[in-house]
Amino acid sequence: MTATTYREAVRTAHREALQRDSRVFLMGEDVGQYGGSYACTKGLLEEFGAERIRDTPLSEAGFVGAGIGAALAGMRPIVEIMTVNFSLLALDQIVNNAATIRHMSGGQFSIPLVIRMATGAGRQVAAQHSHSLECWYAHVPGIRVVAPATLADARGMLWTALEDPDPVVIFEHATLYSLEGELPDDARSVDIDRAAVLRPGHDVTLIAYSANVQKAMEAAQQLAAEKIDAEVIDLRSLRPLDDATIMASVRKTRRAVVVDEGWRSGSLAAEISARIMEQAFYDLDAPVGRVCSEEVPIPYPKHLEDAAVPQPEKIAAAVRALFGDHG
Amino acid sequence: MPSLGADMEAGTLVEWLKKPGDRVVRGDVIAVVETHKGAIEIEVFQTGTLETLIAKPGQKVAVGLPMAFIRGEGEGAAAPAAAPTSQEAQPTPRVAMPPPPGPLTVPPLTAPAGVRASPAARKRAAELAVDVKRIAGTGAGGAITLADVEHAAAAPAPSPIDAMRQAIGAAMARSKREIPHYYLAHTIDLEPALRWLEEENAKRPPPERVLYGVLLLKAVARALHEYREFNGFWTNGRFQPSERIHLGVAISIGKSGLIAPAIHDVDNLPIPQLMSALRDLVARARRGGLRSSELSDPTITVTSLGEQSAETVFPVIYPPQVAIVGFGMVLERPWIVAGAVVPRRVISCSLAGDHRVSDGHRGARFLSAVARLLQEPQSL
Repeated sequence: MTATTYREAVRTAHREALQRDSRVFLMGEDVGQYGGSYACTKGLLEEFGAERIRDTPLSEAGFVGAGIGAALAGMRPIVEIMTVNFSLLALDQIVNNAATIRHMSGGQFSIPLVIRMATGAGRQVAAQHSHSLECWYAHVPGIRVVAPATLADARGMLWTALEDPDPVVIFEHATLYSLEGELPDDARSVDIDRAAVLRPGHDVTLIAYSANVQKAMEAAQQLAAEKIDAEVIDLRSLRPLDDATIMASVRKTRRAVVVDEGWRSGSLAAEISARIMEQAFYDLDAPVGRVCSEEVPIPYPKHLEDAAVPQPEKIAAAVRALFGDHG
Repeated sequence: MPSLGADMEAGTLVEWLKKPGDRVVRGDVIAVVETHKGAIEIEVFQTGTLETLIAKPGQKVAVGLPMAFIRGEGEGAAAPAAAPTSQEAQPTPRVAMPPPPGPLTVPPLTAPAGVRASPAARKRAAELAVDVKRIAGTGAGGAITLADVEHAAAAPAPSPIDAMRQAIGAAMARSKREIPHYYLAHTIDLEPALRWLEEENAKRPPPERVLYGVLLLKAVARALHEYREFNGFWTNGRFQPSERIHLGVAISIGKSGLIAPAIHDVDNLPIPQLMSALRDLVARARRGGLRSSELSDPTITVTSLGEQSAETVFPVIYPPQVAIVGFGMVLERPWIVAGAVVPRRVISCSLAGDHRVSDGHRGARFLSAVARLLQEPQSL
């Protein structure tokens, strides 16, 4: 085992990909000379050269479109969009082109493209830089959306995504890069299909993804002291959703709280909640709970930003609300 | 499944007393059903041939659901149009048609509005035949949870007496809530009736002797001939008088049970037959074996407290009836007869009437009629 960080795991994943497959190259804003806005690609330019580590202009529609073209032409591009906030400029390329070309060409062309981007609030960068719009992408057929929440997934999801013949969007929560932990020395690629039960429990299922998995784990710790045994599921894949793992857990615990940093209306939490109603209604012993972001532009002041997004205390309170006079 | 009282929702079939192919005549006892009033013999409403048994012994069947198919006299081989399971014409009588699954065996899943129970709790309640209405919820906002249902199912089943007390409570609460009672009482000189009866009984062997209560029943039934507004039912917001006079007789069971099955057409029964009918009814009420019609059709109730009780009873009407007559204990009292004070045995006769149907003036005359009839016991 080696002590490392989420950031370092992302960087190691890039090195492995660049080493294993000569068709792999990386492009994006500040990925080369600067080493990445979140320092995930530091040193890659020196190691792999300017042909494979390409700094781009501030033109998301342009360089994402170029990535789609490169993928069409047989390359395995990794396109880094600095954050989901700026990806809106490339939404047309992703939704209208990357997601549809296989379908519209009758299967003649595919887009083996990986797009990485940071997401989320929590760093006091104000409303325009704090969006969690994962569910916009997870809404679209034709692309796969994953959200590594752990060091192992930060290390292992990139290669599996590159092997996928269709576009994969990887969301990395900006607060996760400094997450510390240990990884086995032989850590390699991981599946990107299944949700994972990170903490088994009997009384309630907490369903979360990305940085909120950590918050759900903290909430589970708090609840354990109150004799509420929470199971925590890390979704890992946001499209497709792993219904089987979710339902197996909910059928066991009979209660669920979905944690989602997106706004409540039309959120992934709404989708997951609806699926639980559809597939496990008669197993439920309480209404499905949701902890989402408040429906406001994410505020700049720290206390208001904290109040706007899911927190362990809010998650624990939502769980308690499912029980009556517990204990 | 017939309704054997306004508070009955379902009954459990204990056994069939007829088999497919048997001819049944209206009034035949066809099955035994367990209710909170005990095991009741169910009579058929229709004459014909019992074609198919739908309910199985042990099944709980909601009121109004079919228990069996009877082909009426003269009806062809085609299934009756109202039969819920099949409307297609069939040239030969069907044998062993499988009962429709599901709805007959489970209590209705649709809970009344206002009951907050989780889907898992409702599902398990249906499986365990637990009534969610009777469970206190411990979930958020008082919701009934799966654990609440399982605890309720694990709790010891209420004894038949508890169930009966619950039924009495429901009926009496409804009565006091809905029926505007008025009360009258009148003390009746029972000496002539008792003397006549003692003479009559002296001529009979002990098993055939008649209790004075029978005279009381007969006098009430005869008085009802003239006072029709005390005999019948309050249904759908209006009074429906009954042509026939079926007296419900309040019979205590055990320490806290009470049931009031009917003796039919009491006004037409001679005293000795009325005595045997009463003896038979009391015996069957105490050991089980009452018939469905006896439970569902008393048109008025008579409650008699008997010896070592109280002087006067103020009874509560059993809905949907509109009156109840009560008799206290027989007391020896100084009484004035022809200007002289003499000891006489007297009894207090009381009436609770439904003010929606009758008034105290008529009620008083009704009680006077009972008193008058008891002065001439030989003509009862």
